Formats: sequence, C-alpha cells, structure tokens
Amino acid sequence: MMAALILVASLATLWMFFVSYCRSLMASSSRHPLSAEVRDVTGIRTVAAAGDYKRVMQLLQLCPDHQEGRNELQAMSIYHSFLAAARRMFAWIVPALRPWAEHEQAGCAYFAAVALDRRIAHNREMLAQQDNL
Amino acid sequence: MPGPIDLIIWSLGTAFELLFVVCSLARKSFLRYFFLNLYLLLSTTVSIGRFFILRSYGQCSVQYMYFYYYSDALLTLALFVALISLYSHVFGELRVGDYVRWGAVFLLLGTAGFSYAVVAQSAERLSTSFAYELSQNLYFVGLVLTYILWGAVMKLRETRTRLVQIILSLGLYFSGYAASYALMNFSGEFSIIRYICPALGCFLPLSWSLTMLRYTDESRLAPASLVAVPR
Repeated sequence: MMAALILVASLATLWMFFVSYCRSLMASSSRHPLSAEVRDVTGIRTVAAAGDYKRVMQLLQLCPDHQEGRNELQAMSIYHSFLAAARRMFAWIVPALRPWAEHEQAGCAYFAAVALDRRIAHNREMLAQQDNL
Repeated sequence: MPGPIDLIIWSLGTAFELLFVVCSLARKSFLRYFFLNLYLLLSTTVSIGRFFILRSYGQCSVQYMYFYYYSDALLTLALFVALISLYSHVFGELRVGDYVRWGAVFLLLGTAGFSYAVVAQSAERLSTSFAYELSQNLYFVGLVLTYILWGAVMKLRETRTRLVQIILSLGLYFSGYAASYALMNFSGEFSIIRYICPALGCFLPLSWSLTMLRYTDESRLAPASLVAVPR
C-alpha cells in the first residue's frame, strides 16, 4: 500500500518536473532567431504552428546528426506525443485543452527548428574546417 | 562481479561526473557551483573506490558491503549539501542565507535522529543499518526539498536558465529514483527496473554538463514560459 502511494506520488512529481523541463527547453530556444534558410525550408516565419513539428523532425532526420541536443530532442518528442494523445483523447471533454495543446506543440516545433538551425550551422562549420585542411 | 550492462552504466556515469567538473572548470563556474562539483568529484572517487574493492574482495564480501553503505550515506549527504547550495543561489538576493543554512542543519539532524530511532531497536549492525536508513530518508527529504525549491523558483520568477535547468534535472533525478525504488518493490530484484537507478545516476551529471555547456550564467528565460497554464 505504502509502496503504491510512493509510486503514484513520485510518478506525479516526475511528470511535473518533466513537463517543466521541456518548457524550460522551449523557453530557452524561443529567443533564438531562425536563419533565413531554415525559415524557407520549414515554412516557419516567426511563429511555428502545431502541425510543423512532424515536418521539422523529418528535416532533422535528413540532416547529418551530431550528439549535441539529441537528448533534449528525445525529451521533446515524448512531450509532443503526450500532447497529441491528450488532445485526441480529452479535447472533446475539455475544449480549452485543444488551444493549449496546440500552443505547446507549436513550441515543440520551434524548438526542433532551432535544433535544425544549429545542426546545419555545425555541419557548415565542419565542412569549412575540412576545406581549410 | 556485476554484469556487462552494469559495468557500462557504471563507467558511463563516472565519465559524465568527470565531464561536469571539466565543463564547470572550462566555463569558469567551478566555484560558483562548488558543492555540485564537490558532490560529483566525491561520487567519482567513490565509484573508483567501489570498483577496486569489488575487484579485490568480491560483491558478497563484508568489505564491499561496508564500503558501499557508508559511501552511499556520504554521497547522499553531499547531494543534500549540493541541494542546499541551490537554495542559497535561489534565495541569494533575499539575504536569507543564514536561515537556509540553519534550516538545513536542523533538517539534517532531524532526519539523522529519526533514522537512529528507526534502527535503534535492532542491535545487530547498528551503524550499517543507520547509514542505510539515513541514506533512504535523506533521499526522500531531498525529493520534498527539490519540490519546494521548484515552487520557490516559480514564485520568485527565477530567470537564470542554468539554475532552473539544474534544479529541474535534480527534480527529475529524485522523483525517478523514488519511482524506481517503489517499482522495485512490486517487480523484484531481477527485472529491468534494477537498471533504472544506475541509469538515473548517469542522467544527472549528463544533464548538468549539457546545461553547463549550453548556457552561460548570463542566459535568461522568461519565467512566465515555465508555467504550464498561463495565469
């Protein structure tokens, strides 16, 4: 009984910290301006939309990978999947959930776009270094 | 000897702990986050010490058992101090450092007293049981304190990205640890869940290192964006 109680309480706090962690990641990337290239390729002008996430993730998979930011992207993917599931399951009971989840998913999309921007910049840098050699 | 997965997680954890110290030295933040560095340096030393004792005496030896439980209590104590140092960072501008320190001492003494009261009845291996009980109780106190600290961060509208992410990682670590311990009670020793605790031990220094690498002390975020539901 006690173990079950501890499990429920700790899972609740784990979830609370996880959501806050994802939001802090989104908040820290929200001030990063996207390069013109990434804006063109993703179609994101200034504000991302909830539907942009999948497209940006596909672009990220096309771009050569590097370690930096991989864990955060995974965390963001989990958060995005949770939001999508919550929207599908509960939006008809709580209508206010839909705009909130869409806003959050848009934040996830912008975070992924910033990651794409950084990845492109990193690859450019590597190529430039190779050229110099 | 532990299996290959245990050894991989163990060496990865130790490497990430050292990585954090290197990152804070490189970012010139070693002294600013001194107690976090102290905890991770101590953890690295303990990891190496445990490995040598394990290799020399074996996992079932008395030497290893004593070293494991005493070092675990010491590490939990160091983590508690590191957590209190984060309190000092958050409440630094309010000039309540003395209250925080005294509060921490009273809490520590209270936890130690409670742990002693729990194990006092069993005369057998009193000191080992005390070390184990103190470690367990301090973890629980740590989870509660991190939760309170997060509440304070939200209330005080903390903007320092580094500090916010360090606290959130610690919260994830503590709550993940508590959840996996509770899960272990249901599923027994030999399931995949037994790898979660050591994996969480890797997560904390890795997450702190990434935070240290990615953000400077000047990095700020809008506190309103941390609130899930806008007020």
